[in-house]
Amino acid sequence: MTEVRFTVNGAAQCAEVEPRLTLADMLREECGLTGTHLGCEHGVCGACTVLMDGLPVRGCLVFGVQAEGADIRTVEGLAAPDGTLNVLQRAFQAQHGLQCGFCTPGFLMLATWMLEQPGGVDEARLRDVLASNLCRCTGYQNILAAVRAAAQEMGVWKG
Amino acid sequence: MKPASFAHHAPLTLEEALALLARHGEEARVLAGGQSLVPTMAFRMARPAVLVDINRIAALDHVTVEGSVLRIGALARHARFETPAVAGPLGALLARVAHHIAHPPLRLRGTFCGSLAHADPASEWCATALALEARMVLARADGLREVAAEDWFQGVFSTAMAPGEMLREVVLPLPAPAWRGGFAEFARRAGDFALAMAVVGLRLEGGVVRGARIALGGIGGQPVLAREAMALLESQPPSPALLEEAAATAARHCDPQEDLHAPAEYRRELVAVMVKRALRQAVSA
Amino acid sequence: MNWVGRRLPRSEDPPLLRGEGRYVPDIAIGARVVRFLRSPVASGRITALRPPAEMPPGCLFVTGADLAEVQPIKPGLRRFNYRAVEQPVLPIERVHFVGQAIAAIVAPGAALAEDLLEACELDIAAEDPVIGFDAALAPDAALVHPIAPGNVAVEGELRPEAFAETLASAAHMVEFAFRSGRQSAMPLEGRGGVAEYDRATGRIRLSASAQMPHQLRTGIAQLLGMPEADLQVIAPDVGGGFGQKMALFPEYPVLVWLARKHRGRFAWVEDRNENLIASAHSRDQRHVLRAGFDAEGRLLALEADILADVGAFSVFPTTCAVEPLMALAEYPGPYKVPAYAVRTRGVLTHTCPMAPYRGVSRPVITFGIERVMDRAAAALGLAPDEIRRRNLHDVFPARSATGMVLDEASYIQALDEAVHILDIPAFRARQAAARAQGRYLGLGLSVFNERTGYGTPAFAARSMDVVPGYEVVDIAMLPSGEVEARIGSSPHGQGLRTTLSQIIADRLGLDPGHIRIIHGDTDRTPYGWGSFASRSLVIGGGACQVAADKLADKLRRGAARLLQCEPSDVTLRDGNAVAGAASMPIAELARLAHQRSELLSDAIGFNLAETGQYDPGGTFSNACHAAIVEVEAETGHVRVERYLVVEDAGRIINPMIADGQVQGGVAQGIANALFEEVIYAPDGTPLTGTLADYTPPTCAEIPEIEIHHLETISDATITGAKGLGEGGSIGAPAAIANAISDALSPFGVDVAEFPATPPRIRALVRGRAPRA
Repeated sequence: MTEVRFTVNGAAQCAEVEPRLTLADMLREECGLTGTHLGCEHGVCGACTVLMDGLPVRGCLVFGVQAEGADIRTVEGLAAPDGTLNVLQRAFQAQHGLQCGFCTPGFLMLATWMLEQPGGVDEARLRDVLASNLCRCTGYQNILAAVRAAAQEMGVWKG
Repeated sequence: MKPASFAHHAPLTLEEALALLARHGEEARVLAGGQSLVPTMAFRMARPAVLVDINRIAALDHVTVEGSVLRIGALARHARFETPAVAGPLGALLARVAHHIAHPPLRLRGTFCGSLAHADPASEWCATALALEARMVLARADGLREVAAEDWFQGVFSTAMAPGEMLREVVLPLPAPAWRGGFAEFARRAGDFALAMAVVGLRLEGGVVRGARIALGGIGGQPVLAREAMALLESQPPSPALLEEAAATAARHCDPQEDLHAPAEYRRELVAVMVKRALRQAVSA
Repeated sequence: MNWVGRRLPRSEDPPLLRGEGRYVPDIAIGARVVRFLRSPVASGRITALRPPAEMPPGCLFVTGADLAEVQPIKPGLRRFNYRAVEQPVLPIERVHFVGQAIAAIVAPGAALAEDLLEACELDIAAEDPVIGFDAALAPDAALVHPIAPGNVAVEGELRPEAFAETLASAAHMVEFAFRSGRQSAMPLEGRGGVAEYDRATGRIRLSASAQMPHQLRTGIAQLLGMPEADLQVIAPDVGGGFGQKMALFPEYPVLVWLARKHRGRFAWVEDRNENLIASAHSRDQRHVLRAGFDAEGRLLALEADILADVGAFSVFPTTCAVEPLMALAEYPGPYKVPAYAVRTRGVLTHTCPMAPYRGVSRPVITFGIERVMDRAAAALGLAPDEIRRRNLHDVFPARSATGMVLDEASYIQALDEAVHILDIPAFRARQAAARAQGRYLGLGLSVFNERTGYGTPAFAARSMDVVPGYEVVDIAMLPSGEVEARIGSSPHGQGLRTTLSQIIADRLGLDPGHIRIIHGDTDRTPYGWGSFASRSLVIGGGACQVAADKLADKLRRGAARLLQCEPSDVTLRDGNAVAGAASMPIAELARLAHQRSELLSDAIGFNLAETGQYDPGGTFSNACHAAIVEVEAETGHVRVERYLVVEDAGRIINPMIADGQVQGGVAQGIANALFEEVIYAPDGTPLTGTLADYTPPTCAEIPEIEIHHLETISDATITGAKGLGEGGSIGAPAAIANAISDALSPFGVDVAEFPATPPRIRALVRGRAPRA
């Protein structure tokens, strides 16, 4: 077992884990943050996407021990402490960008990263980035619409 | 779908990493981006007893021009190449290739050298390395050696690297001013492994093609050079008909394999199309 | 204020968006982990099965021998020559497909459980498996189950008198043989369950990612011989189902057995590989059609010979007949088919069993008949829309060739609307210009109807032992004036909480925010059937309306007493009971009804609770889909340039959610048409056990889907709503295939297989030069 110290959504965490425990499993099982979902565990579906030191990673393709000293952001960190949804989450609800909700945390974190990048977002970039993850319910159209709407509201849309 | 047990080491220096690799030999694997290794571990198709995680060795994270070469360190991520790593057609080609590798999160994490060490037959960087005459710099606890790309690939997921060694760096020669590159691949979905790809480099001098190299990927156990097509192009003006003929020649002489996704015959057809597109791109660049 | 018809944002969303949803894998944390040892061979006899030599403390090994008292899964059907194939929960003697669960390992953690799986000793004397139709139907074929001679598990046939003569008399005959590839519903969350023993009550709570929690409860209690009342089944947040999660899979009774025997908490969360090889598949069919048309393009006779691979077992409760019999019953679709003859067979093979998947055979039959229409149109020199117009039902109610009543719909109007929007002459000009440059554009139509919201009579006609259909809703107003509606149906991501609250809100004059829909818990909801067959909103919604109307009636009686008027004078609106100038808040009425019952009890009794039941005969929604594609002849690549849906699902309760269903359905239909196929090696090994090999599309492959609605209100449902959950998937393969075929028409080839992958398209055009 290895001790790992890191922060999640700004809070310090310490976990004793086997090296083979993935970051996603560590967040779920050791930190109780079950918003990060596992859809394939081999890096294709993107449901487990979290931000590690500011970059989106497949939580199933990084081991928990690799998070030593890292700053992790998960879906649980998006809304305000009182539960108020942030601009991206609101856009997902307004645009019906989710149905079963299982892929949603991964899309939210992927889009969060993209929207925070300098240079803004255009249609090509939007499709290129969001093609990283799979959704089985929505047909993607409303996910794209939601992120587009959030980008517009945030003033980073270059349509 | 959980990996078999392993010990994890995260050395801070190359020397420590090499000492670990020397100590654990065949039991050890280097963990860089992990975007190929970790899935194979999840399926327990790979089960290294020791992972030597090099992500904390800052000295390996470089892409630098040094004299007449571009040096790519073991921690250089794919995304590093999406904006040209070097001015001119080489940087443009690498950017074009990088954009076809998987998806942004995987490009931010996976590494150039990791792709070459993993040697997936459909890896874009493997075909690129072959086309660009890359040299692999292998480090071990007691020394260094270099392997040319043409000697590197030894079958599916198999390279010239020996136990105890690490691919420390890949060296790409900077091309002559008249050089230009081309790349084309065919994948069913965005980010998928290609069913066929072609990476092309050539010089246009005095209206004729010189020193063309065409690497084919995704069609068999390892990337290969389309030598007959390369020879055909030598010293010829790059007419559309010549490019077609070179593409057809590459297709005729390659040995594509059948798998779940494509019959061999289909792959051969794709080779012709991808070589044609890559050549057109190169000569019109 | 009318809530029905509004794009009300979903009340489901905020917790899901905060990552606070609760799915089975979340409930599983901390439970003892169960993993299944699965067969690596397709057919054979188990000769050795032993646990790992060393079992760490807290670990268990469970085999079929331990489950000797547990009954096999044996779904029943009383007609159609059905062979009641039994599936042991864990087999003792034989295995029947790669991936079949043979034994269970229990360990404190998942990784250790998988270590132990590797250390189990399993020997199987492998035998040649039966894979594919030709092998299964060969005269000397080995039998997958001795009970099913010829490997036919179910067989249906209809053949009217003098059919052959009718067919022979047709001026034009179109023959079309095609196949549809095997596919997986592939919900993003796989199957899984957590079974927990409650020491205080002796009951078991099974949380399962399921579409039919009540059926799971009844079925498991029967298999285990345990009191049904001691089993509570909960379907928490469910990460998609699309039909796959209807079945009673063997893993669930194992979990409940473990929890009872070991008085603990046991969880199984399948991984993606298990989901792809061992949950359930669908759509593996081969059809031969012969269609006779008169000289004007009117269909006179249709003959269908249908083979459906049903895999190795029959799933509970729908049985393995669900696909072959759906195809038999609904082939004629929206078309007038004066003479229809059909033979359908469900064929057993040593492969993963089949379960319903969004559309259930209708994507396949729609592909068949829509391709036939295009072939006939080409042969007769008619435009594709014109031949359809000549054959679509236009007088309602109509009766289908198999006796189904087609209620009021808009088959021709939907087609006309689509044709109008598409501007086909402009497209043809663009297509011709592109062809001149060696680019191949094509336009494909797909017209279909979708039988939805069918209740008990329709299922009874299928003669299943377990006959689904009705829904029951228990509704109650609390003293606060808030409403709880407990529904027997069970959503798996489609927003039912929101849409049902809209229906109830209108009936009670309340804001939907004051209405809670309680679902997916057998302790807290009336017995019901769940989500499938595009039924939840129609039947569950109908039952909600009945219940709410009864409650509204009660409220009006109570209000009339207090306002001193007649109940018929009272209207419920905007939270008030209003009678002329007098009014009172409904919440106050509710408080008085409960806490000052002496004022009201002789008018309304002692509660504000009612039960609604609904069991409709069924209704047909309809749509016209149109796809415009570009086919790259040299690679076989298909790009979907435009996708149009003109949909008629009657009254739309929530247009935003309705559109979401259509978009998602079309995306799955495009996936089925172009991308996805489960492939087996000849030895029965599944080759598509990862998402690198089974390839659902990303947002880069799915186009914007343009949706237009028509609203034909038939009297077949009390809400006016028709179901639409499956239509997107039903229409898309045909529209895409017709568009590809149109694009490739200069090569003189067309599509007779889906998915139409690039290698298959190349195989069509290889060696052919396009005609000018």
